[in-house]
Amino acid sequence: MSEVVISARSVSKRFGSGTHAVHALDDVSVDIFQNEFFTMLGPSGCGKTTLLRLIGGFEQTTAGEIALEGRVLNDLPPFKRPINTVFQSYALFPHLTVRQNITFGLEMQNISRHDASKRADEMLELVRLSQFGDRQPSQLSGGQQQRIALARALAPAPKVLLLDEPLSALDLKLRKEMQIELKRLQTETGITFVFVTHDQEEALAMSDRIAVMKSGKILQIGTPRDIYETPTHRFVADFIGDSNFLQGDIKQNGAHAVLALPGGQNVSLANVETGIHLSQSATIGIRPERLILHPAGTHNTALRGKIADVVYFGTDTTYHITIDDQTALLARVQNRDGSTMAFAKGNNVDITLPAGAIRVLVD
Amino acid sequence: MKVDRANPLWRFHGITPMAIVFFAYLYLPIIVLLVLSFNENRLATIWTGFSTKWYSVVLGNDDMLRAAKNSLIIALSATVIATFAATLAAMGMARGRFRGEGGVAAMLTLPLLVPEIVTAIATLLFFIVIGVKLGLISIIIAHTVFCIPFAYLPIRARLDGMDPALIEAANDLYANEWQAFKRITFPLLWPGILSGAMLSFIISLDDFVISYFVGGAGSTTLPIYIFGMIRIGITPEVNAISALMLIISIVFVSISFLIDRVRY
Repeated sequence: MSEVVISARSVSKRFGSGTHAVHALDDVSVDIFQNEFFTMLGPSGCGKTTLLRLIGGFEQTTAGEIALEGRVLNDLPPFKRPINTVFQSYALFPHLTVRQNITFGLEMQNISRHDASKRADEMLELVRLSQFGDRQPSQLSGGQQQRIALARALAPAPKVLLLDEPLSALDLKLRKEMQIELKRLQTETGITFVFVTHDQEEALAMSDRIAVMKSGKILQIGTPRDIYETPTHRFVADFIGDSNFLQGDIKQNGAHAVLALPGGQNVSLANVETGIHLSQSATIGIRPERLILHPAGTHNTALRGKIADVVYFGTDTTYHITIDDQTALLARVQNRDGSTMAFAKGNNVDITLPAGAIRVLVD
Repeated sequence: MKVDRANPLWRFHGITPMAIVFFAYLYLPIIVLLVLSFNENRLATIWTGFSTKWYSVVLGNDDMLRAAKNSLIIALSATVIATFAATLAAMGMARGRFRGEGGVAAMLTLPLLVPEIVTAIATLLFFIVIGVKLGLISIIIAHTVFCIPFAYLPIRARLDGMDPALIEAANDLYANEWQAFKRITFPLLWPGILSGAMLSFIISLDDFVISYFVGGAGSTTLPIYIFGMIRIGITPEVNAISALMLIISIVFVSISFLIDRVRY
């Protein structure tokens, strides 16, 4: 996973001009490695699809360059790039059979009819739809069309496969199946997948690395674990999973820094490594499952809160807690064998925040 | 006829007689014409017996056949040129936004709304000013102009119903612009193109006003010929020609309608 396949350097994309210009991408740089499942994750309008379309050649960069294995692609039309795309609408050719759809890209590359047909068989086998070659696309279900779109895009053995929210039209059960299927295809073919989605669960489940995007910029790139456990931005922590945010001023208290909450209590920042600047207002984030609850009065240095609500979810229980009647916190506790201390609505609790779970976030 | 009781229209009991009156109003004259075209009597309006003799009289009339040939030449030429232009226009218009797009779209379909007599006089004046000789060519040019919107609309409708990602997918799969057109756009578009062509053909075949104004000696079209015959009096011959034209029109319009329903 060392060799860079796609390299974007200071890429900007502007639609329109003058005062009506929309900056879809703003000085984005990213390296995508060989044989990687790379996901661009973000809300609609964050620029993820634009970046994908720039790599595919469907749009032209306003500034910056995109290179494939060191060769700058900027001026190449899509049909001269060894990159294939799975479109959100699948875009299967409705007047061609499934097999003709799959061989289309091969024929356009002047591969012999015989070889193309053999390759189509392999592809149909790969997506487990061998008996469907002679059907029209309209005779297939959504999930099957999805697989054919994959087979068609993989048939020419591209260097990179681009996937534009390919699972968004499928129902939940099928989506879960296709997530596993996609990951399998990526591993089996060894092709670099660049995947665009707004679904954080999908991104976490499939990706080797995720780029979280917002307003035309990449905020953070990392493994799913990095993104979830050590988010750098408030947006990232908020977009992926649930998160608690505490806002306050950073102050010196004895030997170490604390976050002074508006209600008067302090959160100890001892052993929190990064992003601490004294006398600044800051936001810290902590995942609900990382909060530890204790009966009131058992921990001196802990935050004192009150249980506002208890929601039982089967595998875990979520406690809604208020601190000084103004800051809301969520705590999620796994329900094991009953040994976990259960709290009731109205109870006072002491809350400890493990240093490793606290992230000082960029707003 | 199956009646959908959920449709509130059926609570109004006068609906059936009203529909009958309406359709009779539309089609009764045509049916009368068809029936009278088989009338054996020389006087078109007095029924004396069934005969197909007026059809053989019509088909043996050299003047009539010459007019029919002119009409066919004009309709075919105008159709080919108008359909070609309309296809290019539709593809250009569907492809992307540009300044003044709305204006261009309006101008493309405006000939549908301009009173035909105005177009006819304007075209005639224009031809005289630039010195075009009036005849088949001038009629073909004039017909091409008013056929374009009729050809344009069904083609554009087809294009608008097409997923733009299909062309991108073709490009993505190594087809250049021309290959993408040949292999994807055209096969998906042809029902619209054919439908537009059929409409153009019929519109041109039926046109009277413009042909009358911009035509010259030797370019008499079928509608103009019929008009000339009628001035002498309505004969069973006129009924027969009209019936023939009606059948051609119905066939073409039906084909156009059926083709346009082709879906993948």
